[in-house]
Amino acid sequence: MADLAHASSARGGAGFGRYVIYAILVLMALWYLAPLYVMLSTSFKTLDEIRAGNLLSLPGAFNLDAWRTAWGSACTGVDCNGVGGYFSNSLKMVIPAVLISTLVGAFNGYVLSKWRFRGSDAFFMALLIGTFLPFQVVILPMAQVLGMAGIESSTGRLVLVHVIYGLQFTTLFFRNYYVTVPDELVKAARIDGAGFFRIFFKILLPISIPTVGVCIIWQTTQIWNDFLFGVVFSSGEGQPMTVALNNLVNTSTGVKQYNVDMAAAIIAALPTLFVYVVGGKYFVRGLTAGAVKG
Amino acid sequence: MTAARQGAPGFSLGRFADVILPKLVITPTVIACLVGFYGFIGWTAWLSFTESRMLPKYEWAGLVQYQALFANERWWASMQNLAVFGLLFIFVSLAVGLIMAVLLDQKIRFEGALRTIYLYPMALSFIVTGTAWKWILNPGLGIEKLAHDWGFSGFVFDWIVNPDYAIYTVVIAGVWQSSGFVMALFLAGLRGIDDSIIKAAQVDGASLPTIYARIIVPSLRPVFLSAFMILAHIAVKSFDLVMALTGGGPGFATDLPSIFMYQHSFTRGQLGLGAASAMMMLFTACAVVMPFLYSELRRERRG
Repeated sequence: MADLAHASSARGGAGFGRYVIYAILVLMALWYLAPLYVMLSTSFKTLDEIRAGNLLSLPGAFNLDAWRTAWGSACTGVDCNGVGGYFSNSLKMVIPAVLISTLVGAFNGYVLSKWRFRGSDAFFMALLIGTFLPFQVVILPMAQVLGMAGIESSTGRLVLVHVIYGLQFTTLFFRNYYVTVPDELVKAARIDGAGFFRIFFKILLPISIPTVGVCIIWQTTQIWNDFLFGVVFSSGEGQPMTVALNNLVNTSTGVKQYNVDMAAAIIAALPTLFVYVVGGKYFVRGLTAGAVKG
Repeated sequence: MTAARQGAPGFSLGRFADVILPKLVITPTVIACLVGFYGFIGWTAWLSFTESRMLPKYEWAGLVQYQALFANERWWASMQNLAVFGLLFIFVSLAVGLIMAVLLDQKIRFEGALRTIYLYPMALSFIVTGTAWKWILNPGLGIEKLAHDWGFSGFVFDWIVNPDYAIYTVVIAGVWQSSGFVMALFLAGLRGIDDSIIKAAQVDGASLPTIYARIIVPSLRPVFLSAFMILAHIAVKSFDLVMALTGGGPGFATDLPSIFMYQHSFTRGQLGLGAASAMMMLFTACAVVMPFLYSELRRERRG
């Protein structure tokens, strides 16, 4: 792997140049961290402290009031029950949507790489193009269909929509991985009498655990962070966290409670940050894989 | 596909398992794709040729919605905003991402930690990013006040409420969110370059900047394409970031086609116009992405 690093340190190695490089990198790190710091410190301040201090000033004492308000009693639009309920809405939406789309995507990738049929490549291409569509172009008919189908629960609607529009990515990840697995493996298993499902569950699925990880991380962040589908296909108390956060922040009534806004924003960010920290390496790999392929 | 042919012709369990089962498994996805994408695009296209307002109507009305759209000043303002935001967002993200990747590639200590810091914004929702930056850019309490506290009492930084500059605040937040990811793409590309070419150039006495300018950066072409496609895609569908950051305002200063589409379709009861604007968004996305996708695929076939 790249001895470029070696080469360059030997070249630009000594002295002043290195300091400049480190200085730039550290400054950039501060710029990326600044909003997180500002959000955290603001969420622990009282409103008086916010008015008296500035962005970078530290909170006087750890004050958890804003967090309590954000979770339990902040006003998101009309009702004032905090974002707690919406947080669990998002959980109820994300977990089934991620599991279903990952499992189906794994099967699809398996079929598209090891059980090709006439038209399977064309279908894969059609699916691939779908990853680039702006969703605005499908939401009007989707709203009509969901209305006609009579799915009343916001969670049910969102799970369905996220599964449908997540399948393209999950299929892509698994197909691109299974293509690299030698066909001989499957052929040998078939000669031994293993069938379609047996080969999948006993051979392919176990060796694709890293891809499963990538897929779950990707889908979790995508679905948790979605706003467009959430705002269009859910209503009232069934809305997901992102919509509730937006309602909270853009509420025009009453005194603006910036500390509560920031606490709610962090609550909305926690699950994906957690996933990112825990699965960091896979996250990057997933993003780059998804990106480079397509 | 080949081993399946051994069984007896006609129906048998083996034939079912080998030929029908795989197709059965993938059928739901085929239906979802054909209906949920291509069918719905057709449906939206049809709606855009009707006079639908609050409720969809399906009688053909020709190009009335497109005429209305093209006569709508707010639409053109939103397209212009998209052009300004899109170009700056893509260009700055690419530049920042590339520079940081090159710097991080110089055998840096704590590379892992720095990379993690650069990348974490990508894990956040655009709604969260918008909320955070809305607060930081708030003239009364944010950066402007910070500068005042530090003694620069004449400092003004009110872009977010200034119609002439508000769109640039969207660029700032967008770049903050996406440049780390571009950096990761470029870094992966840099690590994939064959060392022997670089060694050869070094033997020939090329300096490090020359090696980067002549050999390394040009060989990152595929990464440029991927990054460009992804950023362009993010720019065209950008909706949540603006909703949380500025709500499209002040006035319509940060209005984008995605917001135009949403408001006309869902809050103003103009389904036909919303559908027409959605079709224009699709064309915009295609116009940007297709040439790149095409060249990408052609190269893949050749190679």
